[in-house]
Amino acid sequence: MSQGIWPAVLGRFDWTALPFVRAWDNPTASEIIGAGAASVVIIGAVVAIVLITWLGKWKYLWSEWLTSLDHKKIGVMYIVLAFVMLARALIEAVLMRMQQASAINSPGFISPDHFSQLFTTHGSIMIFFMAMPFLTGVINFVTPLQIGARDVAFPLLNSISLWLTGGAAGLMMVSLVVGRFSTGGWSGYPPYTELAFSPDVGPDYWIWAVTLGSVGSTLTGLNFAVTIYKMRAPGMHLMRMPLFVWTALCTAIMMIFAMPPLTVATALLALDRYLGFHFFTNDLGGNMMNYANLFWLFGHPEIYILILPAFGVYSEVVSTFSSKELYGYTSLTIATMAIAVLSFTVWVHHFFTMGQNADINAVFGIATMTIGVPTGVKIYDWIWTMFRGRVRFTVPMLYSLAFMMTFVVGGATGIILAVPPLDFLVHNTVFLVAHFHNVLIPGLLYGMLAGYHYWFPKAFGFRLNEKWGRIAFGCWVIGFYLAFMPLYVLGAAGMARRTQEVFESAFRPWLYIAGVGALVLLAALAALFVQLWVSIRERDANRVTAGDPWDGRSLEWSISAPPPEYNYAVIPQIHSRDSFYAGKRKGEVYAPPAQYHDIEMPKNSMTGLVIGICGAAAAFGLVWHIWWLALLGVLAIIGAVIARSFARDIRRTIPAAEIERTEAAWLRTVADATPIPRQIETTSANQGLAEIAA
Amino acid sequence: MSATEVRHPGLNLGDTDEVTHEEAGSAVFGFWVFLMSDAVIFALLFATYGVMLRGTAGGPTPAAIYKIGSAFIETMILLTSSFTFGMASIAMKHETGYGRLLAWMAVTLALGLAFLGMELHDFATMFGAGAYPTRSGFLSAFFALVPLHGLHVFFGSVWMIVMMVQVLVFGLDARVKINILRLGLFWHFLDIVWIVIFSVVYLQGLIA
Repeated sequence: MSQGIWPAVLGRFDWTALPFVRAWDNPTASEIIGAGAASVVIIGAVVAIVLITWLGKWKYLWSEWLTSLDHKKIGVMYIVLAFVMLARALIEAVLMRMQQASAINSPGFISPDHFSQLFTTHGSIMIFFMAMPFLTGVINFVTPLQIGARDVAFPLLNSISLWLTGGAAGLMMVSLVVGRFSTGGWSGYPPYTELAFSPDVGPDYWIWAVTLGSVGSTLTGLNFAVTIYKMRAPGMHLMRMPLFVWTALCTAIMMIFAMPPLTVATALLALDRYLGFHFFTNDLGGNMMNYANLFWLFGHPEIYILILPAFGVYSEVVSTFSSKELYGYTSLTIATMAIAVLSFTVWVHHFFTMGQNADINAVFGIATMTIGVPTGVKIYDWIWTMFRGRVRFTVPMLYSLAFMMTFVVGGATGIILAVPPLDFLVHNTVFLVAHFHNVLIPGLLYGMLAGYHYWFPKAFGFRLNEKWGRIAFGCWVIGFYLAFMPLYVLGAAGMARRTQEVFESAFRPWLYIAGVGALVLLAALAALFVQLWVSIRERDANRVTAGDPWDGRSLEWSISAPPPEYNYAVIPQIHSRDSFYAGKRKGEVYAPPAQYHDIEMPKNSMTGLVIGICGAAAAFGLVWHIWWLALLGVLAIIGAVIARSFARDIRRTIPAAEIERTEAAWLRTVADATPIPRQIETTSANQGLAEIAA
Repeated sequence: MSATEVRHPGLNLGDTDEVTHEEAGSAVFGFWVFLMSDAVIFALLFATYGVMLRGTAGGPTPAAIYKIGSAFIETMILLTSSFTFGMASIAMKHETGYGRLLAWMAVTLALGLAFLGMELHDFATMFGAGAYPTRSGFLSAFFALVPLHGLHVFFGSVWMIVMMVQVLVFGLDARVKINILRLGLFWHFLDIVWIVIFSVVYLQGLIA
């Protein structure tokens, strides 16, 4: 294969790039696990294709989902992607915990190289392909509904963002089957990830997957900033926006400013690796500290990109399920903006130990502690919102409560890490691992899951199963504490992170507890899938078509569930915060307008899908040095953009008569539904119409 | 909101409906946001350049390889192209036909290509003098920053051609007008970036 035409066609691919071949040559547990993971990817893909063909659903999938520009469907697709990637990265986490628990004074069952790939993919996926798609999906689904818009400002760009992210996630999956992944951690620090130390394809997979994803996120940020600034319903001043929209706005602005540093960091690393530049190499004037600065200039705002949307979800959930107006709305918006701004001023705390002087560390340490202030304000606001409210302990509310208690612990350990001398003691230990899981699991995952339970009935028209929701919740919370509290102890005792083999017997009990915790977390994910399955089977008993299952406050609850393609038949006029809630009390809702008008919506487009696939193909070509494929992919993207700019027939009109039929059918459902009091909202009596209580 | 209220300066969408005007507002605003994001990329590359400036690793230094004469001429060419694009925008706003618009766009395109030609010639000269990017960290930073601007000019030129074709195919419909306006923003933005390159890279390089 090393002669003749093959290198030109296949680049640096050879048979040992396939994990099956490696497992055949060297059948260790580690290699067999690798081959098994590759088989799961292949079998999963084949089963999906066969199933879709069997059901004859290709046309449906193509026209209703893959080429759709509807923000609601794009949001759902993002969240599906997030769940798939969550499953993979969580299994990787369990493997790492099992390895450490079994590798106390013994080599365990996973080789050091494989272990390094596991922590790299786990981190990269959880941040870029679980958390980011999840929050982007929720923002996509919810924001236009909450501001009373029919779509986002740039629907096609939205689809391009989705498919760039999808293509990047696809590349992550392909790396399981062809070749290997980076061993350089999710932050990909050079000079280790330079050619001199990692000449294989791993860092290249990392570079291009992250780059595609980060370009997609930049475009998402742009899209939602413009959507929120320009497309709010008349009367919705900035200070009347639901708090989730505020957090979406701040997140969008942060994406615009924080994703470019990541793109620059990965692009410069790529220049080093592909063209022999000397940005971060050890020799010829390279300077790896510049990478650390660039990466964390992205990396720290990223953490708040992840957390702010969850804060928005909690604000909605706590207010709705306490049946009270959100306490301290103004302070919450100010706190949100303060966090967004401060997050750009603290990046050095990720590398206190890397050589800057004490004064610089002090400045960044103090800035870091300052972020605790607006965050504390938020926690108090949520507590005051619940105070003297009629709190209902539904699943989203349970996640919110678990978040408040757990996140405060994570915040407190964050303050410890923000003090440079203390940071020197626990730097690079599992104390840090415990800290960021302690903020990100409640601060992102619980929030997204709360949002998933809260808005699922809006998206699909039926409620999720309550019992399985509670089981999953219990497992997420118990699993979290079991898995991560021991890591604080271990970290304080000096156990380094990313350790493949442990040489301290005293760590054994703590590692066992953490291992059990990881299994409980896996059970939590399984419970979520069971819940989805059960809920779909029992969907007819749990329909909430009238659209307002939780006695909701913001606009999205004022329309049917699922919402029609055009969201609002008539764009609502806004008079106050929580306008739907107020409208219900005044009896001003569910009234048909005097007249319906035609509505123009964007037509489907395959441009986004084409760009995503070509982007992934180009990236694959670059990883394997298959230059023709890379070139072809890039040219195809440029061609697709130009071709699209010539398309003129890009909208379709929904006639007024059709809208009237849709709306009349929904209003009949509303009229037939029995209003229910909040106390029984989790039973089948809930048809999506709330009884008006004082 | 009436149509006149949201009319974007520089755009003459005529008596099209209000929705078109509103959408033009979002479309142009969105492009400003994109430029802001692009500006962040350039800002970081400038910062990187500043950090790497001393990393010459015994190789060529800025003073030895920069040719201020041709950089100055390039600056003039690019500034002139911004002026000619301004004339194109005025033609789009006030003229009924589009002959003049196309003529000014063609002049702008020619200037853009002339700039690219000169810049490539500069790079070739630098390569000939042993100043290539793999030589040192400093040269790596130079060849990431300045050619990225050149790449932007190249894509701006491709875009210019696409827009000229679209004017011929579609006439001046709302989308063509909006896209020419965006192209204008892009072109002027590249001018600003170049002025910073000229000051920070070339002029500063001569001080040493």
